[in-house]
Amino acid sequence: MTIPPVPPECYLVLSGILFTIGVIGALTRRNAIVVFMCIEMMLNAVNLTFITLSRFLQSLDGVLFAFFVIAVAAAEAAVGLAIFVMIYRSRETINVDEINILKW
Amino acid sequence: MQNAERGLKFRNPQSKIRNDEKESFMFDYVWLIPVFPAIGFMINGLFGRSLGKKVVSWVGPSVIGLSFLTSILIFLELIGKPPTGRHFEKVIFDWVVSGSFQTVIGYQIDPLSILMALVVTGVSFFIHIYSVGYMHDDQGYARYFTYLNLFVFMMLNLILANNFLLMFVGWEGVGLCSYLLIGFWYEKDSASNAGKKAFVVNRVGDFGFILGMFLLFTSLGEHGVWTLNFTEVFANAHLLEPGTITAITILLFVGACGKSAQIPIYVWLPDAMEGPTPVSSLIHAATMVTAGVYMVARCNVLYSMAPISMAIVAIVGVATAIFTASIGFCQNDIKKVLAYSTISQLGYMFLGVGVGAYSAGIFHLMTHAFFKGLLFLGAGSVMHALSGELDMRKMGDLRKKIPYTFWTFFIATLAIAGIPGLSGFFSKDEILWQAFSSSHGHFLLWAVAAVAAGMTAFYMFRALFMTFFGQSRVDEHVAHHIHESPKIMTVPLMVLAVFSVIGGYIGVPHILGGANHIHEFLAPVLGGGAEPAKTHAGIALISQAWASGGEGGGHGASLELLMMVVSVVIALIGIGIAYLFYVKNPALPKLAAERWKGLYTLVFNKYYVDEIYDILFINSLKNLGTALWKGFDDFVIDGTINGIAYCIGLLSGAMRKIQTGVVQNYAFSMVIGGIVIAAYYIVRAIFY
Repeated sequence: MTIPPVPPECYLVLSGILFTIGVIGALTRRNAIVVFMCIEMMLNAVNLTFITLSRFLQSLDGVLFAFFVIAVAAAEAAVGLAIFVMIYRSRETINVDEINILKW
Repeated sequence: MQNAERGLKFRNPQSKIRNDEKESFMFDYVWLIPVFPAIGFMINGLFGRSLGKKVVSWVGPSVIGLSFLTSILIFLELIGKPPTGRHFEKVIFDWVVSGSFQTVIGYQIDPLSILMALVVTGVSFFIHIYSVGYMHDDQGYARYFTYLNLFVFMMLNLILANNFLLMFVGWEGVGLCSYLLIGFWYEKDSASNAGKKAFVVNRVGDFGFILGMFLLFTSLGEHGVWTLNFTEVFANAHLLEPGTITAITILLFVGACGKSAQIPIYVWLPDAMEGPTPVSSLIHAATMVTAGVYMVARCNVLYSMAPISMAIVAIVGVATAIFTASIGFCQNDIKKVLAYSTISQLGYMFLGVGVGAYSAGIFHLMTHAFFKGLLFLGAGSVMHALSGELDMRKMGDLRKKIPYTFWTFFIATLAIAGIPGLSGFFSKDEILWQAFSSSHGHFLLWAVAAVAAGMTAFYMFRALFMTFFGQSRVDEHVAHHIHESPKIMTVPLMVLAVFSVIGGYIGVPHILGGANHIHEFLAPVLGGGAEPAKTHAGIALISQAWASGGEGGGHGASLELLMMVVSVVIALIGIGIAYLFYVKNPALPKLAAERWKGLYTLVFNKYYVDEIYDILFINSLKNLGTALWKGFDDFVIDGTINGIAYCIGLLSGAMRKIQTGVVQNYAFSMVIGGIVIAAYYIVRAIFY
């Protein structure tokens, strides 16, 4: 008995669910680390879409983009975490509600 | 058709030169005349301060000398030609080319322009030399020669230009230099104000000139001749309506009034005496102020077609002559006397050109350049001797102490007073005779001008006597170092004195056995001059009286002699009164002033012309300006701008509250935006 291949729609739906969770988390959570993790989740949802469609369309372009996104996400994570460390040192918190001095 | 051909014939002046190339070697180098002063201007202007006084005093005068030399060479070549062939144009390069309209930087040589060039470069040369001595201790020595060289460059452009536009460039250029040099000692309030006044008043005249030029250009253009070239304009002038020509010539004359200081806009010239004295001599007596006369003479073709304009020119001229001569009576500042005298003499020149005696006007322009230039330089030499004193009430008895200055000043005074044998006599008498006898002349013009001549003699000898004769009234601390000026200043005085004497002999009238060379020389440009005397009421009356006196004979000639004698007698009366008042009985002037106190105060205050202008024009314009400033600028314009800025401020004050500083809010708006866009596409996909 062979397991039939998972159809592409499933992957796309999974990707949409992951992305939505990421968005909601990024908008609602107060802890900067969690917000960050949510962003990573959104990026990975996009990656999943890329890979799926790459496979579906028999083209390597999507894979290529996925690699770019991974590279950028890694760089971003390094910079972002460094910023959090600096903010924590000066303000003793990484609650994003309290980091709001960049305004009128 | 014929006109079109005529236009074509003149279209390319260069071809004309090419024909004569073999024999006209110097004409191709006409551009050298203005270029030398331009070189001097650049050397003195760019490097003058670092080169030092010695170099500047060599460069300044010598470039003018070179240009004088070139003028002489070209003049010599020109008189070698037959009188009809004395016209050359040299195009340097195309300047404004727009459709069928072409204006070039081009110079023209004809008897009129070369004569002017000779006078300008010659007189400038000697005044430059004089300036080396006069300005020796001045801080702005290099600046002075820079301006002076620039002035000569511009003046030569004005004179040698072969089209109206280039002439206008020179016209404005000399105005600029005049402004710069009047305000040369700009630390002095009075000097910088006088400079501004000269510039602003001149602007009124220049406005007229430029309007006249536009009108000429467009009205000729309606006949298919788009040009500003002198030769072409004059060749096609007959196409124009008489009314148009009258308008053009009157507008051009407004320009001449500004530059040549005629009623009603003469007021800048007396104030222009704030400049250094050699500047007054060069710019405000000998050359620049005569530009208006030159321009009218240059446009003689147009003026001859507009009798009304000629009458206006003559009347304004003679009115200026007598009006300003009377102001000269009561001035105590020696330079002011000379300034009013200059305006008055310019009035004579306009009288000359206004009655159609163009060559007489130019002749007087030339002799006036000599003797009035000399008078100013003499006044400068007196100031030099008296440590800068200008007030004639603090002079007197200087003739033994500064003999060279005295004798040269004396010669110039004789010349301007019209004593027979000196240059002023011949030129002034020519104008007087023409004012009476030419077809445009009138007995009244002659009478007023003759009275003005007597007044000239009076105020000039008044100045002479007050300065050099009588008791010394010099301040004590000045008195013991009175000294004659150095050679570098007295030699130009002597040269100009020689010219003031002999300058008239190129225009001795036929009646005195002369050949009137200048008239013949200028005839190709200025026409044969005034037509033979027309018998009108005045001339008939006098010649009758003359005939009944038993002398009989051809009254044309004897009448001219009679007029000459009358004008000499009038001049002698003027001198006699001056002698009586200021040498014989120095108490008389005071008595006379008290006797006619009202009149004296009126004349002493120059008829309150400045004050009237203050009220009429300056204050009313100032009030208008203030009203516009407070009412329109401050309220309407500033109100609009500030109102808009205030509204935007309010709006952005409200809007900036959106900027909360919480990053998640921003992200939320982004998500909303994304959803809205996505929703739009989804809805569209569903319904269409």
